[in-house]
Amino acid sequence: MIRFILNEKTIATELPPGMVMLDFIRYQQHLTGTKIGCREGDCGACTILVGELVNDEIHYQSMTSCLMPIGNAAGKHIVSIEGINFKDQLNPIQQAMADEGATQCGFCTPGFVMSLAGYCLSKGEFDQGTAIASIDGNICRCTGYKPIERAAGKMATILKERNGEDEIAFVTRKKILPDYFTGIKNRLLEMNTAARGRSVPDPAGLKARPHIMGGGTDLYVQHHETMSSADIHFVFDHPELNGIHKEGNKCILGSSVTVSDLKRSPIINDAFPGFQQVAKLISSTPIRNMATIAGNFINASPIGDFTIFFLALDAQLILTDGITTRELPLRKLYKGYKTLDKRPEEQIEKIWFETPGKDSYFHFEKVSKRTHLDIASVNTAIHLKLNGNTIEQASLSAGGVGPVPMYLQKTSDFLKGKEISDALIGDSVEIMKTEISPISDARGSKEYKTLLLAQLIKAHFMERRLLSS
Amino acid sequence: MMNIDSYTHVRGESVYLDDIPLVNGTLFASVFDSPVAHGKIKSLDIDAAMKMPGVVRIFTAADIPGENQIGGIIADEELLASTHVHFCGMPVALVVATSDEAAKAAVKKIKIEIDPLPVITDPREAKEKNELIIPPRTFQLGDTTAAWTQCDYIIEGSTATNGQEHLYIETQGAYAVPQENSAIRIYSSTQGPTQVQRTTARVLNIPMNFIEVDTTRLGGGFGGKEDQASAWGAMCALAAWHLKKPVKYSLHRMEDMRMTGKRHPYSSDFKIGLNKDYKIVAYEVTFFQNAGAAADLSPAVMERTLFHCTNSYFIPNVKATAYSCKTNLPPNTAFRGFGGPQGMFVIEAAIAEAAAALNVSPILIQQKNLLKTGDEFPYGQIAQSEANECWDKAVNLYDLQKLQQEVDAYNNNNKLSKKGLALMPICFGISFTKTLMNQARALVHVYTDGSVGVSTAGVEMGQGLNTKILQVAASIFSINPERIKVNTTNTYRVANTSPTAASASSDLNGKATEIACVAILQRLKEVAAEEFTADISSIEVKEDCVFVNGKQTDWSWNKLVQAAFVKRVSLSEHAHYAPPGIWFDTTKEKGHPFTYHVYGTAITTVTIDCLRGIYEVDSVKIVHDFGKSMNPIIDIGQCEGALVQGIGWMTMEEMLYDKEGKLKSNALSTYKVPDIYSVPKEITIHFLETEKENLAIFRSKAVGEPPLMYGIGAYFALFNAIKAFNPAANIPYDAPMTPEKVLMSLYPQTLKENK
Repeated sequence: MIRFILNEKTIATELPPGMVMLDFIRYQQHLTGTKIGCREGDCGACTILVGELVNDEIHYQSMTSCLMPIGNAAGKHIVSIEGINFKDQLNPIQQAMADEGATQCGFCTPGFVMSLAGYCLSKGEFDQGTAIASIDGNICRCTGYKPIERAAGKMATILKERNGEDEIAFVTRKKILPDYFTGIKNRLLEMNTAARGRSVPDPAGLKARPHIMGGGTDLYVQHHETMSSADIHFVFDHPELNGIHKEGNKCILGSSVTVSDLKRSPIINDAFPGFQQVAKLISSTPIRNMATIAGNFINASPIGDFTIFFLALDAQLILTDGITTRELPLRKLYKGYKTLDKRPEEQIEKIWFETPGKDSYFHFEKVSKRTHLDIASVNTAIHLKLNGNTIEQASLSAGGVGPVPMYLQKTSDFLKGKEISDALIGDSVEIMKTEISPISDARGSKEYKTLLLAQLIKAHFMERRLLSS
Repeated sequence: MMNIDSYTHVRGESVYLDDIPLVNGTLFASVFDSPVAHGKIKSLDIDAAMKMPGVVRIFTAADIPGENQIGGIIADEELLASTHVHFCGMPVALVVATSDEAAKAAVKKIKIEIDPLPVITDPREAKEKNELIIPPRTFQLGDTTAAWTQCDYIIEGSTATNGQEHLYIETQGAYAVPQENSAIRIYSSTQGPTQVQRTTARVLNIPMNFIEVDTTRLGGGFGGKEDQASAWGAMCALAAWHLKKPVKYSLHRMEDMRMTGKRHPYSSDFKIGLNKDYKIVAYEVTFFQNAGAAADLSPAVMERTLFHCTNSYFIPNVKATAYSCKTNLPPNTAFRGFGGPQGMFVIEAAIAEAAAALNVSPILIQQKNLLKTGDEFPYGQIAQSEANECWDKAVNLYDLQKLQQEVDAYNNNNKLSKKGLALMPICFGISFTKTLMNQARALVHVYTDGSVGVSTAGVEMGQGLNTKILQVAASIFSINPERIKVNTTNTYRVANTSPTAASASSDLNGKATEIACVAILQRLKEVAAEEFTADISSIEVKEDCVFVNGKQTDWSWNKLVQAAFVKRVSLSEHAHYAPPGIWFDTTKEKGHPFTYHVYGTAITTVTIDCLRGIYEVDSVKIVHDFGKSMNPIIDIGQCEGALVQGIGWMTMEEMLYDKEGKLKSNALSTYKVPDIYSVPKEITIHFLETEKENLAIFRSKAVGEPPLMYGIGAYFALFNAIKAFNPAANIPYDAPMTPEKVLMSLYPQTLKENK
């Protein structure tokens, strides 16, 4: 039995936990405002809000309901567009969209409205930039976005008035969202207290379940037809698998840490000053709210952005089958295309890495056909320990240039102990070419990928003015 | 007036095909399509699929009671492949089951054996092998052969433009519900309800009057649902007719992408001749249109390529030939611009190539050759031109000289970042080029409570058609717009409709609505004239009230309507409109096919990151010929939306088929359309408002397609930015200009070394 609140209504359902929320909302609850555009998280037409209790406070995020199993909704507040409508009047988000002409065919519109509703419940800064960022996962084929930008800007202006007021209090007072939102926290607290009495986490039960599901953002794209009825072990909301903390120089991530968790983490932002820019290049707000770092590793895409990021950091994995645990360097996880040094019953419990020190330089580059919300043609990360202009240690990784996400061992070794110069970069590019084996596909020809990686290696050095030209 | 659908749109309450409440017992369909691009079907094994839970029946070509044929212009496309398959994604069988999941699961169990036949994906190869959809056509003006001798410069070259996926966010679909006496109601996400009706009638061998097609609205169409919505309607109807049960099919995105056609890729050759004054003296062009495996709308698309082959320029000697080449890709179809953009890209490339050869700015050549009123198009029509007005306004309003200086200064100061600027004038003819399609009807009812219902032949798909129709009715009756409701498009209410396409639907349906409203109003005035014993010419209806000789009476609109009803005066009107003066003689390839043309000029500025090959569009500044816009919010929306779609086509939207004819860019993860970050940072649109008479509704010119072609400016701005970094770059005229092509053009030397 899965219990959650959908809009105002308490749901208790025996439906398969692998059913996606989109189908539940549209075809079980007959709420048709949530639209189906692509079923792979790339259009945002099915965007919903998911409110969950974090330290007894309710925290809302936008998610694409096409990739969210109802099993990940337990104890949460799910909001579809019907749940933010007022009787006989538009809320300020809807009014702004209508006034600006931000809706033409209207099919993508509920998704935009929901993303903006999520923005209204977010804790961050409010300006034109953050307003646009909140709708970065929504595709519109009609308007060219300009009126949507203006509508989003209007919301930022309204939200600037919040001044530290509680989000829910503010949005209900301003009639942005209906009054029932104020009662949700207590309803969830009650629901979750009752749930704690009912279920006990059973780590030994892992073996029986063939599928381990984090945020679902890769599994549903690749196996959407089989996952709905699959026997799934849900790890997304496992308390032991959450959280980011630091022990000395070691940063430890729980395996269900999402990209958005990283984005919000002071530890991560402190360790990687450019992290917000990196995150902006990786998928979209709703996907970042769901996608886990461990899932990115296990999916084993040769182009996984965070895999490349953490390969350069020499991240270590703690794998467990519920009985025994072992530590494995991420660099040793990939044995071949989508083949892992991991038994089916093993799951990632933790990920740890040493945060770059003051003498370190870390940088990530990604180029894709569309700069945002796209899979990379080539991505690469570099981690250097420097002594003046001398490279004491180098770690270079690259994606999209081989069957697995690659740690470029030879190029890294070559860079070690050398003085940074144009010639050195040129020579290292030549070594890089001996290590990679790109293929031509929808993301580019192999010649392009080779040239692009060479350029991005240059970019690594130029970005921090380690190199002048 | 804002779009009348805004209220329900923003609340998620607008109804699209998949939102229609289901009738009890509804079954779900899914297509099994060919995995091979060309071959002879040896065997089709549906036994395992039939045994899957929930499967009700599987239909094949043998189950079609009428004609297994969906081709509109040419009867060359089967609904379900009978003996041969002609493209990957060609429907072969239709599984009907008790749920969508069950139908899709069963599709996976169908096995097919196909003897492969040679696969052609390249239009030039098809032309070599004489695989043509129709015989080639040639438009001619003057005498190019003689004109070459008058040219001081002659430049030749080749171009390619790739296709474009429509990516309407609502996929294709239909829902057929059986009615008594074997009639069928089909809810269809179509731009052409009559096309669905006609196709279904043909497939089922039943008369058209037994088929009711109803369309509330589309979640985007862009041409993709003009002809290609018919197959799904006919399939659902076929199953519903056999099973006597409602059958629905709403396509999965990947089914939609692999089974439907797209904008036509073109490969073209040009030869352009100029004199010392940079006047274009002669232009020869040959187009090789990649039509896909069946005609679909390709002959009409090809024709429009010829119509627009000289874009906004007057060239005295033109010879343009087009081949519609049959390949083993899904039949390509209408897409906003309808062949026009492909033709215009080639002349722009020819000008760019000439400018490079002559070492002058292409802007100079463009400007010197703009169409003037009185100039003759290659197809014989005489231009009523706004080309110079738009161009001059753009140059002055946006200070082209300053913009160019800013670009030059930026390029002098930046080594690894370069800007490029390009001008893109457009000229686009309004009307279906097949003259008979230029007709529409409207049915207007005034109810006894004073409310008004309007039905037309037009389909609302986000373009604001229904809003404009409502404006027409509200304006003629001079009543509160809230009294008026625009109803669904339904073949029982309005028959023999032309598809909502060619940018012409507001004109055609708006004028039909105007005629109907005027007729009802005339009868109402007669009633008022009798009541007030006044001459009918002294009666006016203004703002819901009756006026006599300019004085308000105590008769409201409601009272007038009731009085008319009591007097047994008809409160309904069905009106027909066909624009006058248009014709085209295909034997001579001359005529006057367009009611009018739309003009405009865009200035596009881009910045390239020359380290990574990525780019941004900084700004697009437009002067656009709206005539006299009847709805600026809607018209700006059309203009901005079309521009961004055009930029997408020219930059990131890369359609990829492999040599076996399999679509590689088959999902939103591999086919990228513009997102909010990739659109121009600034879009400015200035309305060139003209008071001249034209045949547009309320003189408000058609706006759906023309602005798409401003997007071509983005290609040439990128082209110029690459040249700023690498003047020696030999950039092929091969759109889209993806980051890959940019980087390869920036560093051709490095590339050679890599090989």
